[in-house]
Amino acid sequence: MATVTLIEPQSAPAQPRLNYLTEKTGLMSWLFTTDHKRIGLLYVFSITFFFFFGGFFALLMRLHLLLPQGWLFGHETYNKLFTMHGIIMVWFFLIPSIPNTLGNFVLPMMIGAKDLAFPKLNLLSWYIFMLGGMTTLYALVRGGVDTGWTFYTPFSTSYSTSFVITAAVGILIAGFSSILTGLNFIATVHRMRAPGLTWFRLPIFIWSTYATSLILVLATPVLAITLAMIGIERIFQVGIFDPALGGDPVLFQHMFWFYSHPAVYIMVLPAMAVVSEIIPTFSRKPIFGYKAVAFSSMAIAILGFLVWGHHMFVAGESAYAAMTFSFLSYMVAIPSAIKVFNWTATMYRGSVQLDTPMLYAIGFVALFTIGGMTGLFLAALGIDVHVTDTYFVIAHFHYIMVGGTVMAFLGGVHYWWPKISGKMYPEFLAKLSALTVFLGFNLTFFPQFILGYMGMPRRYAAYPPEFQVLNVLSTAGASILGVGYVVPLIYLMWAWKYGESAPDNPWRTTGLEWKTPSPPPKHNFEETPVVTWKAYDFEAQKEELHLG
Amino acid sequence: MTCLSLLLQGSVTHEYNLFFWAMVALCSTVGTGIAAFLIYCAWHYRRRSADELPSQLALNIPAEVTWIALPTLLFITMFAYGVKIYFDLERPPDNSEDVYVVAKQWMWKTQHLGGQREIDTLHVPVGRAIRLNLISQDVIHSFFVPAFRIKQDVLPRRYTSIWFKATVPGTYHLFCAEYCGTEHSQMIGWIYAMDPKDYQTWLQQGAAEGSLASTGEKLFHQFGCGNCHHFSGHGRGPNLRGLYQRPVQLSSGEIVIADETYIRESILQSRAKIAQGFQPIMPIFQGQLSEEQVAALIAYIKAIGPAPGGEMPSGPGEEMGDYGGITPDLSHPASPATAQPKPGVR
Repeated sequence: MATVTLIEPQSAPAQPRLNYLTEKTGLMSWLFTTDHKRIGLLYVFSITFFFFFGGFFALLMRLHLLLPQGWLFGHETYNKLFTMHGIIMVWFFLIPSIPNTLGNFVLPMMIGAKDLAFPKLNLLSWYIFMLGGMTTLYALVRGGVDTGWTFYTPFSTSYSTSFVITAAVGILIAGFSSILTGLNFIATVHRMRAPGLTWFRLPIFIWSTYATSLILVLATPVLAITLAMIGIERIFQVGIFDPALGGDPVLFQHMFWFYSHPAVYIMVLPAMAVVSEIIPTFSRKPIFGYKAVAFSSMAIAILGFLVWGHHMFVAGESAYAAMTFSFLSYMVAIPSAIKVFNWTATMYRGSVQLDTPMLYAIGFVALFTIGGMTGLFLAALGIDVHVTDTYFVIAHFHYIMVGGTVMAFLGGVHYWWPKISGKMYPEFLAKLSALTVFLGFNLTFFPQFILGYMGMPRRYAAYPPEFQVLNVLSTAGASILGVGYVVPLIYLMWAWKYGESAPDNPWRTTGLEWKTPSPPPKHNFEETPVVTWKAYDFEAQKEELHLG
Repeated sequence: MTCLSLLLQGSVTHEYNLFFWAMVALCSTVGTGIAAFLIYCAWHYRRRSADELPSQLALNIPAEVTWIALPTLLFITMFAYGVKIYFDLERPPDNSEDVYVVAKQWMWKTQHLGGQREIDTLHVPVGRAIRLNLISQDVIHSFFVPAFRIKQDVLPRRYTSIWFKATVPGTYHLFCAEYCGTEHSQMIGWIYAMDPKDYQTWLQQGAAEGSLASTGEKLFHQFGCGNCHHFSGHGRGPNLRGLYQRPVQLSSGEIVIADETYIRESILQSRAKIAQGFQPIMPIFQGQLSEEQVAALIAYIKAIGPAPGGEMPSGPGEEMGDYGGITPDLSHPASPATAQPKPGVR
């Protein structure tokens, strides 16, 4: 982290101007910072670490599955690998990924604020997150967990001999970080908007992040309760979920998915937020159907709470409950469809420039569409019976989580990189790795749809030989995907030190965050901006942007 | 033999495939359309000069309405068809044959009505609907036969069920689809769908100790159940004749349907639900009976059936030995000719 402070002053202005990176230096200035931009960077380092950690486990699993009987690990180790992959990726990468890094960094700037509403709470949130992460890593070092990230009972409470409680405590702690961040964002959006920045002048990024924050605050406590109940049952043998003690194992699934389905939207709404900024910028047009897109974020946040039962169509819930959840699952698909159509319509008759962030954004739209459409299969009761708990589901949610969220995250990192670091990255290499990620991703996960339809169950450490060809293809794809993720890590670090200086507004776009220097000064704006235009209003700013 | 997916092996497989591939066709058409439109826009509207400012058109109400309404209609259609297939799976045909399945870490134990027991295999006749009564001895498992497009989680202490009808003789994979611990991926069995004649031969080779219901009857006597549960008049316990699938008024005021789960619980945790008018005096059999034995008792209680025409039931109990899946027409639980227990055993 100390190296971060070695940034040379900007060369463009006559006298070196202090920015948030240079105004204070030294390790302590980072560990005790309350600057939302620095905290955003603390999160970037943390989640990047967790991403490559969890990704490494995924790679090991894919290598193991090259042979039908498996060849690298025993079954117990394999089970621990997929469990830790899931836990790390869901709670320590995907959920904090976009909101806590890019959200932290750009949200205050986008609304013309100096910082978040509660800067100290923001720093506390990072410490809590790290404490949760370290606790979970401790569970891993001690011997790992073998329950799957879903902790299904009574296996997790009465049968597993692994470090279930330690991991659950780690996740529970990290949950408080989510709640604090959500609370902070909600308060900030309500109270800190610049003069003139009414709700319908907000960029879609703010709408989507706001919707995400609502879910964070409302759903995460249910996760905490559920994990606490697991602990109580394991330690004190109180019958909650284990029927041998008088509990109900399906109750656990209801409670778990009551959090974890909304959590899916915690992961994907911020991705939609990023893409809703990139596409207008690189089409040089306002987002199509602004209100439809904004309201669809809110609709997803609300309806997302009502569909948890679609994870349980074969778990023993009543047929009528299943029918209701199926219907509501189709309803939540409508706002997603609205967004996809509006993103594509934004490009129509635009001035489209395929720079790296735009490549990622278009890749997102394509992969999210495939992920969403296969969701329609899973929402159909009769179809779900066959494909649930198979690789079809694995492929489906990786299209949303990796094809969607990770693509958008990388797109966002490239989009705001000039603002964050004050440097440009090597464009050709960046485009090349965006393409690598797209191809590697599809080769990894598309075969898994077919595997699932053929009937290969998920969480199998070994599999019948007829599934081998598709597994080998998937492993080949994973290796390509791995390269696609490592290359940006390298060139972005290189660019931080050696990249060309970035102009304040390299993409010539409209957001308030581009009206501050790159990198921004500590308090973002020299003077508080007054907003008289709508979001993405290129027409109103064409003089300033030298357009037309 | 281990043919997987595209053939039509199960009763719902055909309808399932039709729906699935119609969805594939529809979604790939729409998806290709969106991809083509993205590529068209990226190429046709590419930025031609660095300063250009395109038309700022950003709203078209008819377009918005269209792309909200069309997906909604399509989604409701998909929903309805999905429900239809699911409800077909939920309701077994009347003449389906019961098979009892006990799942445990990490094996499948199956019991036929004829008393044949198998481990990790299940032999079934082609053309006959099979209703599986599933229960787990430990954690949650899931009974998954890809070729028949069926899957049902197997829960501890609660019966779940699903049915299928094999249409093509063959050997099909049975997978555990719910993660259940270390050897989850080894919890694999085979379904042998046989020509009905071969199946009869197989049944006769396998039947050793009498039908499942007769095993249940033996247990019924061994544990002295008949001391209280009289089949005539009033005992200290409820008369079990025709109990299966009948609504039972409980002393709590609640009314429950006497399904497999209720009967099982009433045997093992007898005081959990007390039928109205009876005292909670029945011993608790938890730990004394295995899941297989409970299944046999359930099969016996189902086989008793209602009292025929108000007559006193009669006939030797040994007839129960003939009962079961050996000849298909004897397998109706209510078939009076074969389902007569010893009257009023004390």
